[in-house]
Amino acid sequence: MQNWIEWAVAFFLLLGGSFVLIGSIGLTRMPDFFMRLHGPTKATTLGMGGILLGSMFFFSLSGGVSVHELLITIFLLITAPISAHMLIKTALHHKLKAISKTRGLDNIEPAQSKQHDRKPLP
Amino acid sequence: MRFKPKFGWLPTPYRSVLLFIVWLLLNQSIEAVHLFFAAVLAVVIPLLTLRFRDPQPLIERPLLALRYILRVFADIVTANAQVAVLILGPKRRLNPAFVRVPLDLQHELPITILASTVSMTPGTVSAEIYPSAELIPAGEPMPQRWLLIHVLNMTDEAELIASIKQRYEAPLKEIFQC
Repeated sequence: MQNWIEWAVAFFLLLGGSFVLIGSIGLTRMPDFFMRLHGPTKATTLGMGGILLGSMFFFSLSGGVSVHELLITIFLLITAPISAHMLIKTALHHKLKAISKTRGLDNIEPAQSKQHDRKPLP
Repeated sequence: MRFKPKFGWLPTPYRSVLLFIVWLLLNQSIEAVHLFFAAVLAVVIPLLTLRFRDPQPLIERPLLALRYILRVFADIVTANAQVAVLILGPKRRLNPAFVRVPLDLQHELPITILASTVSMTPGTVSAEIYPSAELIPAGEPMPQRWLLIHVLNMTDEAELIASIKQRYEAPLKEIFQC
């Protein structure tokens, strides 16, 4: 393998690794649940992208083409916001405390009971 | 908004294209056999699964949709850099907030795409949609809906709402023509 490819692989792996690390640091460092959620949803996405790019470079040039990784990226991009949404919805449902300087707390509506206007199943 | 597909045998053209590409990616080849099977699966799978799903609005402006995807990709990269800086910077300076964004979109699919985009882009995570679809009695007109988002560091609320509406919601309205 040529020298510059090794450099490219190393660069992408390091870039991805540091973004994943920053995402995890955010997870421990932030004061409340809602702020903690920001790290894993964003920094980790780009981090995974970097690692997968490194993997694509490595396997493409050590024999054959490797484009599986694009699929991983697509699925990651589709599922990450959904899981974040589910987590934050659950947090609101359980009325988790946000730190006191959070603004706009009155924008959260209290949970309403579901109207039972649907027909029961036979 | 248009729900009825143009061709009966190809109810979801873009999903078919996606299936075609995914099959080729899984096989990692563009040999004739794989191209043939990809084409067959891309036509047969949507036809078989058509009855299981609710009708969804169709994409009316594919080129605009492509531009929207590229823009979101670029925003994800900048979002990552921004959030990384915010995470590593001093905690005292962060101003978290909950913000309500009034939505012009009505249908579930565009709203879902908007909420996912908001979650992936700078400093915001979408939290909830008010009022939720279960609370709206069937057959009644849709009331004004709101998207509740959590912002990691809010500087200007009005500007944030305006930028979300103009940058992401307006193209989505164009794409689905609603």
